[in-house]
Amino acid sequence: MTRTRFSRTGSSEEEAKPTTSSGGGGGTAMRVIVPLQGVVQGRGGLFLGSVIPCALFYFLQLYLRRNRSEPSTPPPPQPTEGEESSPSSSSTGQLAEVSVLQRSLSRSHLSPRSAGGPIFVSGRAVSVAKRGDSPYDVGMRKVSENPYDELENPDGVFQLGLAENKLSLDLVRDWLADNARDAILGGGRSGAELGIGGIASYQPFDGLMELKVAVAGFMSQVMEKSVSFSPSQIILTAGAAAAIEMLSFCLADSGNAFLVPTPYYPCFDRDLKWRSGVEIIPVPCRSADNFSLSIMALDRAFNQAKKRGIKVRGIIISNPSNPVGNLLDRETLYGLLDFAREKNIHIVSNEIFSGSTHGDEEFVSMAEIIDLEDLDRNRVHIVYGLSKDLSLPGFRVGIIYSFNENVLAAAKKLTRFSSISVLSQRLLVSMFSDTKFIQNFIEINRARLRGMYIKFVSGLKQLGIKCIKSNGGFYCWADMRGLICSYSEKGELELWEKLLNIAKVNVTPGSCCHCIEPGWFRFCFTTLTEKDIPVIMERIRKISETCKSSC
Amino acid sequence: MTRPRTPDHQTESQARKPAGATAMRLIVPLQGVVQGRGGLILGSLIPCALFYFFQLYLKRHRSPKSDSNNISPSQSSSNLAGLQRSSSRSNLSSRGSIGRVQVSSRASSIAKPNDSPYYIGLDKASEDPYDRFYNPNGIIQLGLSENRLCFDLIEKWLSENLNDSVIGSNGGELSITGIAGYQPFDGLMELKVAMAGFMSQIMGRAVSFDPSLMVLTSGATPALEILCFCLADPGNAFLVPTPYYPGFDRDMRWRTGVELIPVHCRSADNFIISLTALDQAFNQARKRGVKVRGILISNPSNPVGNLLPRETLNNILDFAQEKNIHIISDEIFAGSTYGNEEFVSMAEILDSEGIDKSRIHLVYGLSKDLSLPGFRVGVIYSFNESVFVAAKRLTRFSAISAPTQWLLVSMLSDTRFTRAYIETSKKRIREIHDLFVAGLNQLGIRSAMSSAGFYCWADMSGLILSYSEKGELELWDKLLNVAKINVTPGSACHCIEPGWFRCCFTTLSQEDIPIVMERIRKVAETCK
Repeated sequence: MTRTRFSRTGSSEEEAKPTTSSGGGGGTAMRVIVPLQGVVQGRGGLFLGSVIPCALFYFLQLYLRRNRSEPSTPPPPQPTEGEESSPSSSSTGQLAEVSVLQRSLSRSHLSPRSAGGPIFVSGRAVSVAKRGDSPYDVGMRKVSENPYDELENPDGVFQLGLAENKLSLDLVRDWLADNARDAILGGGRSGAELGIGGIASYQPFDGLMELKVAVAGFMSQVMEKSVSFSPSQIILTAGAAAAIEMLSFCLADSGNAFLVPTPYYPCFDRDLKWRSGVEIIPVPCRSADNFSLSIMALDRAFNQAKKRGIKVRGIIISNPSNPVGNLLDRETLYGLLDFAREKNIHIVSNEIFSGSTHGDEEFVSMAEIIDLEDLDRNRVHIVYGLSKDLSLPGFRVGIIYSFNENVLAAAKKLTRFSSISVLSQRLLVSMFSDTKFIQNFIEINRARLRGMYIKFVSGLKQLGIKCIKSNGGFYCWADMRGLICSYSEKGELELWEKLLNIAKVNVTPGSCCHCIEPGWFRFCFTTLTEKDIPVIMERIRKISETCKSSC
Repeated sequence: MTRPRTPDHQTESQARKPAGATAMRLIVPLQGVVQGRGGLILGSLIPCALFYFFQLYLKRHRSPKSDSNNISPSQSSSNLAGLQRSSSRSNLSSRGSIGRVQVSSRASSIAKPNDSPYYIGLDKASEDPYDRFYNPNGIIQLGLSENRLCFDLIEKWLSENLNDSVIGSNGGELSITGIAGYQPFDGLMELKVAMAGFMSQIMGRAVSFDPSLMVLTSGATPALEILCFCLADPGNAFLVPTPYYPGFDRDMRWRTGVELIPVHCRSADNFIISLTALDQAFNQARKRGVKVRGILISNPSNPVGNLLPRETLNNILDFAQEKNIHIISDEIFAGSTYGNEEFVSMAEILDSEGIDKSRIHLVYGLSKDLSLPGFRVGVIYSFNESVFVAAKRLTRFSAISAPTQWLLVSMLSDTRFTRAYIETSKKRIREIHDLFVAGLNQLGIRSAMSSAGFYCWADMSGLILSYSEKGELELWDKLLNVAKINVTPGSACHCIEPGWFRCCFTTLSQEDIPIVMERIRKVAETCK
């Protein structure tokens, strides 16, 4: 392309010269100096005079685009050392490596494109495959290799990084032992009318209507209010991760963005970005405000994104928040709605912990706010699931509750890619229909959660570690700023590494949750038994002593 | 772009007549700018700006068009076509509106009402399903590929073994955390092992599968989509021999942005893929600037039901090697064979030769061979390390429910049951196939040679009034609305020859067959 165009320029210059000689005097000098000018004035000038600048401009754009796409992908700043380190991977622990690997991802996009010999794998697959060496993943791997067991492996690693609730599994087990058989074979209700066809054959991908009705009932029961959920607005997916991904597909095109208050759930990065190509714009919340969301910060982030030319399509909030565990109050929710209305964007409210509240504050669901306000329902989407509140993550049940018809229609079709096994659905339908069991479960689970929370927080307090007051969820968000040597992400990760490798406690560092203040850690306490708490506190104490003495 | 043309013309004349220049300058300000001071800068700036706006204009007008391309160019028939086209308009309108909140353009193209006769028929049949006693005038479902012939076997097994398999036998090892707690998203290792055993049992002979190369997904549909995400970037393409399973259009294209390029097979070759057609399609794609990343084959084929001979498989392998592309082999019907031909899995070919395995990916599932579509179990079997790792991570979005997995672990490990099941199932499929094909033959409708799957690929070109897609869809419409039989027209499978229909017979019982034939006969008579 370029070559032909250059040759064309050349020839037209030759054409241009004769004409100029017949023209005025001073012009020649100018023309020699500025060939472009000559071209413009010569014959065919009209054509070439516009084509050449256009071509130049086009190449400029091309150049700019190439150089731009690179830096825009890696969100964490700071240039890195290992320029061609992309194919390397794994090797745990090392801080330096962790940060390098994360950032190298954008470069890995480029490398397969140029490769000739070996079979090509898509750029997105490469980037997905590369990931997984954030401290979050490293911690998970360490635990799975060497899990703590009171009797068999007392030196193993404690899992405080995975949001799982094991406090009330005994209740679920007892129920299953008594009822699973009837539930699956359809004996539970009106004879065996369903039969095998009801389990084995194709059912609607977006979930059985019976289960939707049951889940709607469960949700209003759990939220303890007069909020009612309409089963026809429910879409069931294989886990909340799929629900979030589906919503991000439906609400944003690739290259668009969502505003997400930080610190946020580390896996949002996967659920929103991996396949849907949506960006996350962090809206930092600070310890000074107890990490509660301010509309001002939202507004600032929105405007900055707009300046960068990025379309913001929505806000994603977690309420109760993960990792902090605080609740959004009614006022903030109204503020959010107003903000969303003003900017004409969506709100995705992740309320997966709404039944796991353990404080005195009341939980207010977005659905309740919307119930009172008739307008604007179209922009509100609620994500829920049974992994937390019913402690059944293995069942993989997520829920999209949306008021937007288009979103419902699209999500319904997309569930072909993440539907729930009908067998498990039947099991759940009959579990929910046992209202006595459900009522009992919610009460007992909440009481146990509260008990555990109080014990764990007071244990940390004795070590001089304070936590943000939490009202929901399985976490405590601990302030360990006093224990880090350098007040930076590096210092934080050093402490995290000590906790993991020396104290053998896997926690989630704040930087994984994109918290802007270093030194905060997420502890999940619902995987523990009460006996474990002293053991953990002792382990943390040892580390904190070495930290205090060495810094 | 057009505007600068006039001033530039005048540049010429002006250069020659400096006297009139001032006047001209007033008339054509652009010209003045070019020649006056700052001429160089403005002279390039202005065309650039114009060019920029031109690009902007093009970009705006292009994007909705490409959307409607996505929506599949195949089906027409007047009312269907209308639906298809409206998609791009809805995109535009949502973009323009201010008050209502926008949905992403990919969502709005997915959310549109179904446009393929395949899905329209499925919806209709589910609204008014045939039942011998309760709804004898309902629509008979021959469009959904489900095998209801062996439900009794599954039911029997379940009633005998259910308690032990889900909750663990006599207080056995399986604790509640195994069911309720987080499990690896890509499937339990126990199930992978059992699945590998089941697959080698199905594929017969000495093919062995390695559980550590396996990723389990919630159905074969996400398995295909995940592979598509992993092998191709948006804008890339896969070659797919036609006629193909109508669902591929959704699985491979909706979210991944990948194109499917049909490679046409003809009835003269009994719809077996030819290498020349592949090559041609590949070259055409390349000329269009589309990168082809792989070939997607179904073996046994859906809808035709034929098997790919060993030789063809070898040819496809060579082709893929030569072009350096992937092969996805969808072998979900591998255990539902009933003919005399032997089924050859891609895995078997690989075992025997020393080929680059990293380009081969198998898709399997339990929806067909074990007739458990409700359980949502799909399998990706890939030799490619990066695909495997990426697929494993992506299963976070389509994992199988743990109780179902445990149930299957014990069902698949019960080899006595699985062996008996496979045998009986093959026998029953063959019986119903023979009955169905004989019934069609009596009506003068012949079908393609098939030896696997749940379908009969019937040639009804004698019944269509005009030999075209339109004629075919008219017949389909009659069958659906007059005869109340939902079949899948060939055009929904992108078959290039009109008049072929896919009839799924495994949802029927033997008593239904005369009724189906009678209904078809009536329509056939009106057609003739």
